Amino acid sequence: MAGVGSACLTVGLLTALYAVGASVYGAITGRRGWVASGRRAIYCLAALCVAAFAILESAFLRSDFSYALVAEGSSTDTPTFYKVTAVWATQDGSLLLWATVLSLFASAVLFLTRHSLRDIAPWATAVLGCVAAFFLLLMVGWENPFDTLAVPPPEGAGLNPLLRHPAMMIHPPMLYTGYVGFSIPFAFAIGALVTRRTGADWIRATRRFALIAWTFLGTGILLGALWSYSELGWGGYWAWDPVENASLMPWLVGTAFLHSIMVQEKRGMLKVWNVTLICATFTLALLGTFLVRSGILDSIHAFGASTIGVQMLVFIACVIALSVGLILARLPDLRSEARLDSLLSREAFFLLNNLVLVGLCLVVLWGTFFPLISEAITGTESSVGPPWFERIVTPLALVLVLLSGVGPVLAWRRVTASALFRLFAAPAAFTAVALVVLLAFTEAAKSVPSLLMFSFVAFVLAVVGQEFWRGTSARRLVTGEAWPQAFSRLFGRNRRRYGGYLVHAGIAVLFLGVAASSAFVDQRDVRLSPGDSIRVGDYDVTYVRATARLGGDDGGTGAPISLGAVLKVHRGDQAFTLHPSRNYYSTSDPSKGAISRFFEGEATSEVDVRWGLRRDLWLAVRPDLVSLEEPIARADREFADSPGRVQAFVISTLARLYRDNPPPAAFRAIVSPLVAWIWIGGAIAILGALIAAWPSPEARLRRVRSLYAARVGRELTRA
Amino acid sequence: MEFAIALVALTLLIAVVVTGPLRNKAGAERPSTTRIEELSAAKEAKYREIRDAELDHRMGKLSREDWRAVDRELRGEAIEILRELDRLEGRSVDGR
Repeated sequence: MAGVGSACLTVGLLTALYAVGASVYGAITGRRGWVASGRRAIYCLAALCVAAFAILESAFLRSDFSYALVAEGSSTDTPTFYKVTAVWATQDGSLLLWATVLSLFASAVLFLTRHSLRDIAPWATAVLGCVAAFFLLLMVGWENPFDTLAVPPPEGAGLNPLLRHPAMMIHPPMLYTGYVGFSIPFAFAIGALVTRRTGADWIRATRRFALIAWTFLGTGILLGALWSYSELGWGGYWAWDPVENASLMPWLVGTAFLHSIMVQEKRGMLKVWNVTLICATFTLALLGTFLVRSGILDSIHAFGASTIGVQMLVFIACVIALSVGLILARLPDLRSEARLDSLLSREAFFLLNNLVLVGLCLVVLWGTFFPLISEAITGTESSVGPPWFERIVTPLALVLVLLSGVGPVLAWRRVTASALFRLFAAPAAFTAVALVVLLAFTEAAKSVPSLLMFSFVAFVLAVVGQEFWRGTSARRLVTGEAWPQAFSRLFGRNRRRYGGYLVHAGIAVLFLGVAASSAFVDQRDVRLSPGDSIRVGDYDVTYVRATARLGGDDGGTGAPISLGAVLKVHRGDQAFTLHPSRNYYSTSDPSKGAISRFFEGEATSEVDVRWGLRRDLWLAVRPDLVSLEEPIARADREFADSPGRVQAFVISTLARLYRDNPPPAAFRAIVSPLVAWIWIGGAIAILGALIAAWPSPEARLRRVRSLYAARVGRELTRA
Repeated sequence: MEFAIALVALTLLIAVVVTGPLRNKAGAERPSTTRIEELSAAKEAKYREIRDAELDHRMGKLSREDWRAVDRELRGEAIEILRELDRLEGRSVDGR
């Protein structure tokens, strides 16, 4: 079936190129048959990519090591759960995922717009076809996921142990769906520029896709942070790693785009901003893919220096050149249809919001590429670390949170000064009370940025609460409905507005967690023997005993050996135990002995966390295997040629040796206040985005009616 | 061999599918149909703006004078869209 998969990619490439040619020809000559043919080619491309993906997944699930990719990234003892995800853990597989998701999204948007945007859609089809063709060319030419081995090995290398985590199962598809999703509004923006149809039509057609892409990208970023927190053993969730930054940048600019298009929809303003923002978002999405796969920057995500770095750079350069050229050429068509009526208006604050978001992106961009820039100029590679990022990002983040509270209060066009006072009085009072409480009853004053953030978060939540209250009251005045009914009807009929407010509230709560867990974290790094105790935060932690487990680790990752600890924890009248451990995976390195290869391969930290709404207690252990070095070396000599079950017995004996006579182990204990609110805030924001993206039932019904009306008109003409 | 057979078979299949619209001319759309779709979407967006402005006024964000001015402007824009829609759908001013 590898041949069939490979044929799907080759035919897919030809189909994508046909889609480009047919759509452009149809657009130029006005021959709708060719436009429809180009659109069908995209549908066929989706079918081919799905088929190829299914063939590859099947190979992973069957552990068919004749596929080079399966031999490289999976093994017979990889749990099924992770065999599925192993497809996109590899470069070739991730390219196929990109192409598949892109073709499915493209098919969806072209199907939905098949009766509209008749000028723009063909050009959008051509752009989407180009992007798909590029990724297919990468696979066909350089990184074919269906390459086979002449002599399949009996066993595969296995999935990178770092990736054996549930969050990692869906982190890449979420990110890629986000990256790919932004190609839809990008393609239609290019189509709008080419055809000079620079009104709001292309925005209306693609707004939901942009919002869905933003949601998926945000979810992917959040899952990545969760994975970092619970898997990497350092206790943090964001390290300003280049690949983390690469996903954050398109998300920031995408956020600006989502706000800015509202201004164009309502007022016909910020047209240049919008096309520039979406081109920048898509370019940054490609850059994100490039950074992950090129190995050009040091990163925990550097899963492979690759052969496609140059090609991606060339493609990114072409995208930038096309975007800049078109925008400059169409500047006269991008003139605003209206002017700013007042600085005290939602439009003005959205523009300010955009400036802050783009500023944040530029800061992150500079910090991420600084190693390359410094090497190019000075010859030595320097880098900037988290302190640099935090110093510059923190004030911008504070302004952003504050603006997210101001924007919802303002009306479009203008708000009078007297109305401003009335609208801000209650949230300002709530914020003042919150500030007093924080100063009087907490240690928040020890960190001024955190204190400010907490106050601004209180402001945002008060504003959102006020919006819901006033909106429900206004509806009740007119309809006489009861509070719950008025509230749900208000929400249901204004999903974009109130879904958006929920997103603001979620982001504010997320920043609350970030501020608290950053400024008030308590961390201890110690070496403990059984019986020793430490105090971290308000917790008394006692190392009770060591543990050793062979196979069947708690996380279900398939680790052959797991060495850990049992720790008893007390806080007031609370008592519980935690079980951090370290998983050891075997290596196929031929220089290692038959026994030592089980102890000297990859190792991952399996932290244990006591999750809590007020604080988390996070614990990790690093067992000291020095005392086992000599027994392992002896076992390598004596049991090198022994049967597998004998070697397994020796390994279990060594593990028990560690468990029964453990040397002091290194522990990291962290108490992080309010970190759970990062995940909760993120979930609220995602929910708000999904609500905002959901079409209202009345709009759906009206659209269906108008479609039928149009159909009647068509059929009457034919008769 | 497997690759070659699959390549030829898939190419033929895709070619038949994508050339369908080129062979079937009857399904061609009238330009006005797509314009109707676009105007319908624009009408929905305008109605949403009118409702938003009314909600803003009820919530105290817009003064009565400002709301009336905005509402007048938005309703005027909606009427233009409806006129264009009626023209394309072959309806007269009195709805017949």
